[in-house]
Amino acid sequence: MWRDAALVAGKDLRIEARSRVGLSQVAPFGIVALALFAFALGPDRAVMAQGAPGLFWVAVLFCTVLAVQRSVSVESADGARDGLRLSGIDPAGLFLGKSAAVAAQLIVLEALLAVGVVLLYGARIEVPWLIVVSCALGTVGLAATGTLYGALSSGLRVRETLLPFLLLPIVAPVLLAGTRIWQAAMAGGTPSDGTQWLRLLVLFDVVYVAVGVLLFGPILETA
Amino acid sequence: MTDFARPTDTQAPAVDPAVDPTADPSAAQSARPGDRPSAHPTGGSAANTGVTPPPEQSPRARTTERVIGALALVGTACTVWLGLWVTPPDRQQGDLVRLVYIHPGVAWVALYLAFGLAAVSSVLYLWPRTRSFFWDRLAAASVEVGVVFNVCTLVSGSIWGKPTWGVWWAWDARLTLTAVLLVLFLGYLALRRVPAEPEVRARRSAFIALFAVLDVPLVHFSVNWWNTLHQGATVLNPGLTLKIHGSMAWTLLLGFVAMTLAFVWMLLVRYRIGVLEDWLDANELDAALAERQSEGVRTPGASPVGSAGIA
Repeated sequence: MWRDAALVAGKDLRIEARSRVGLSQVAPFGIVALALFAFALGPDRAVMAQGAPGLFWVAVLFCTVLAVQRSVSVESADGARDGLRLSGIDPAGLFLGKSAAVAAQLIVLEALLAVGVVLLYGARIEVPWLIVVSCALGTVGLAATGTLYGALSSGLRVRETLLPFLLLPIVAPVLLAGTRIWQAAMAGGTPSDGTQWLRLLVLFDVVYVAVGVLLFGPILETA
Repeated sequence: MTDFARPTDTQAPAVDPAVDPTADPSAAQSARPGDRPSAHPTGGSAANTGVTPPPEQSPRARTTERVIGALALVGTACTVWLGLWVTPPDRQQGDLVRLVYIHPGVAWVALYLAFGLAAVSSVLYLWPRTRSFFWDRLAAASVEVGVVFNVCTLVSGSIWGKPTWGVWWAWDARLTLTAVLLVLFLGYLALRRVPAEPEVRARRSAFIALFAVLDVPLVHFSVNWWNTLHQGATVLNPGLTLKIHGSMAWTLLLGFVAMTLAFVWMLLVRYRIGVLEDWLDANELDAALAERQSEGVRTPGASPVGSAGIA
């Protein structure tokens, strides 16, 4: 399973490294989103800094949708999906590999967006490790749910419009938890409920990674 | 529910293109929706051309459905009568309290009954031993009726919230959870509307329902920690002790019963429509072609020049 996962993740990341869609389209889109939020909130940097945690995560969610769409469309051309199924790769490994590739891209995007939030909105981060941990945990959940929903919607002609509608409400807990942890990290210390948000993120990750590992085989047969 | 005639449950959805053995085999494929004759509701012609007739409801099921419908109607009427005329106004809330006779009942159906039933049905569909289109249709019907009740919950809650809290909408934990549930329900319905093989659609929908159900506790915790403004549960609190008394309590309970009956009735009707829809999906073209042929018209595509030639 782990070897298969590494193979699939390596393949996806190689495709991304060569096509540079993530670098040339998704990352600039994230920056554009940050700029648009700034326009929407006005030039007052205090307001922007206050909204920075939520805006960061909303931008991450939008980028997640794009990254997942990309991850699905890579498999939809040239019968690549059938090829993957024929190759005898363990479905759980396939799920973990695809998720890992999406997660790796998201981590890079999040680093970029975090820098953008700090520079453009003037957000002051007092407890950096809290941000790092929350981003890592949130990314795992986003990548796992994204891969699951991407696989379920992969055969659909209306995938582009349906996927955000299905995926974004599901990841609402990640947005809430991530935002609260960011706020705690910016306030300069872990408030009493900071750890419970981290626990919620861990729970979210465990649930959807477990579901993916267990059910990805039947899901692939569905679409 | 099991009283329902389910002739299409195990039936393969594949359509036999050869309605009439003498007809051109390409006729079925070349016919486009636009080419079809205008609605011809006479089912008689389909019966003698080998098209599967639409599934009939068994008499017992029909009686059950009607009895439940009548009970729901009577229950709702009694709730309205007791709620508006018999019960006294509340000391603090005045006449506003009367919404309480409907709102919790509707919310119970939307948040627990409909969603719970959809979840259980979806899991039973996914479980290989219990896989049957019965569960798929039940889940779909439950979600669709649940959406109606969910919207009613939000609307009645808003009407109550404006005079009480001063706002139509508050980002309170339970309101937010209800709204998220509504969006998840709507996503499920949107997915079901995407044309697909019945088998594929059923499995896909069941997975989506399962993922959504797993999300509910997570959303519940997160919005609870996020913000809580809604008053505590009045009836479904731990210990099930009523915090209100007398005629108000009875009216409130009747409201629960009436809304539950209304849900069951709508569910039964929606399930029956689901059976007919599946029949239509599988037989629509056959039935239309058979009707056309029974009129003595050759189906389009049979002849490249005069498509209206007499057979």
